[in-house]
Amino acid sequence: MEGRCWKFGDDVNTDEIVPARYLSLTDEKELAGHCMEGTDPEFVRKAGSGDIIVGGRNFGCGSSREHAPLAIRAFGIQCVVARSFARIFFRNAVNIGLPILECPEAAGDAQTGDVLTVDPARGVIVNRTRDKSYRFPPFSPEVQAVIDAGGLIPFTRKKLRL
Amino acid sequence: MGMTITEKILAAHCEGDRVEPGQYVIANVDLCFGNDITAPIAIEQFEKAGFGRVFDAARIALVPDHFTPNKDIQAATRAAELRQFARKHSIEHYWEVGRVGIEHALLPEQGLVGPGDLVVGADSHSCTYGAVGAFSTGVGSTDLAACFATGTVWLRVPESMKFVFTGELRRWVGGKDLILHTIARIGVDGALYRAMEFCGPTIENLPIDDRFTMCNMAIEAGGKSGIVPPDEETRQYCEGRLQRDAVYYASDADAAYVETHEWDVSGLGPQVAAPFLPSNVHPVEELSDVALDQVVIGSCTNGRISDLRVAAEILRGRKAAPTVRVIVLPATQDIYRQALREGLIEVFIEAEVAVSTPTCGPCLGGHMGVLAAGERALSTTNRNFRTRMGHYDSEVYLCGPAVAAASAVTGHITHPAEVAG
Ligand code: SF4
Repeated sequence: MEGRCWKFGDDVNTDEIVPARYLSLTDEKELAGHCMEGTDPEFVRKAGSGDIIVGGRNFGCGSSREHAPLAIRAFGIQCVVARSFARIFFRNAVNIGLPILECPEAAGDAQTGDVLTVDPARGVIVNRTRDKSYRFPPFSPEVQAVIDAGGLIPFTRKKLRL
Repeated sequence: MGMTITEKILAAHCEGDRVEPGQYVIANVDLCFGNDITAPIAIEQFEKAGFGRVFDAARIALVPDHFTPNKDIQAATRAAELRQFARKHSIEHYWEVGRVGIEHALLPEQGLVGPGDLVVGADSHSCTYGAVGAFSTGVGSTDLAACFATGTVWLRVPESMKFVFTGELRRWVGGKDLILHTIARIGVDGALYRAMEFCGPTIENLPIDDRFTMCNMAIEAGGKSGIVPPDEETRQYCEGRLQRDAVYYASDADAAYVETHEWDVSGLGPQVAAPFLPSNVHPVEELSDVALDQVVIGSCTNGRISDLRVAAEILRGRKAAPTVRVIVLPATQDIYRQALREGLIEVFIEAEVAVSTPTCGPCLGGHMGVLAAGERALSTTNRNFRTRMGHYDSEVYLCGPAVAAASAVTGHITHPAEVAG
């Protein structure tokens, strides 16, 4: 996948990704309209489908709200690259099938507007604008199995033979 | 090599007699739960996936606590979805307004979580139950949907960090100050993916309510869980309320920790976290000129009976400053009832404080005390992120109940000794 990068800082929390006042929404499309609103109210007007979010350390910290990765996915963000992820955000993203990649070097170098190409299968991120490429480690087999199934629900359906 | 208490609990809930940090396990849960924000998404996924039946109706709890009593039509719809699911699947651990409390105060109080349990909740502060010697952690809605169906959850066994506290606590200093101090020292991702084990003589002498406060905020340091080794204090709390057999695990002397911190806290004073991170912590004196528009005493962090007692001790015979709106929210109906019996509610009303029915309310900027642009609150809650209690341009400072009550009287951030001696 290839996309335009939007860069954010360290400790982006879930109140910034989707402010709590929208938490009684469950419709993904409506949630998408508030994507990143708590940190950049203009984000949904500037960014577009197919873009990539790049975060710093501890991306997605704070509450367990799945509304956060859901809003990001529903807005059309292809993947999130960060130096590190907060743990519940990490598992929520894996569970709903939003690609997330931990790559400190790529996340550090990338700036808003850069074009990134991401190949999760090969573990490679290329920053086309800066002409640099980065490797990131594969997921553990257990996590990869959930990702391969398309998320935790299809994974569980398979397990229960539904 | 020995095991930590966290590793022992995880091992007891999956196949195999030991687990290693970094290992992925499928663990059986003793209890899983969600609230009126997270459970509706789980319910929708559960139904869409065609899972059909829940794994065990007695091991699921649904707690409508965030936007209840329903703040608007959307919130009412979410609460209705919870209620319908509870009825359809005969979920007994479900409470209506008038009986419900904030989940992390309610579930232990009702005896649904105890020593040795493995609990997951679709709420980040599910780490609270480490206070009674359980392994408990926050998960998302999809996790909860799968757990409703299977009674299991995938977990990476966390490395453990040990925090040894020594020294006697000074007057007006409690669990909130200890945990703010801890987060300040290690940072908001200082315990990322890890289990935080709180121990040492100070913790052994710490009342259960303060232990809840500490474990509650493990997530604010990025932690997967917080835990206090269960002891006599735990036993006293659990006795007569626990609905399951307790298992009292302890870490082995040769258990492995990624980090050990040993802190003498005898000199520690009341702590306050300034915006916009819980790690931005200062001694209360440094922030004493910060004027306030609102003071909130409540939440799953500090809405328990001992918090209300401390607040009432300071507010007794005094009045809230005319420039400040003060809101007290007992965390559960039992706590409310107890406060009423002890005359604490009267103290608050006489102090011209608003007392609310149990709800998360202002803690997450939901209702019952949302901030306008430019306003500033001091709160006993656990997060001071931007927009947390309201407008993008509002601010939240975090503290324990003593500082909150003293500041309510003066209208600015205040050391409790200044008001109450
Ligand atoms: S009181 Fe606040 S932190 Fe606790 S469960 Fe409610 S919203 Fe979350």
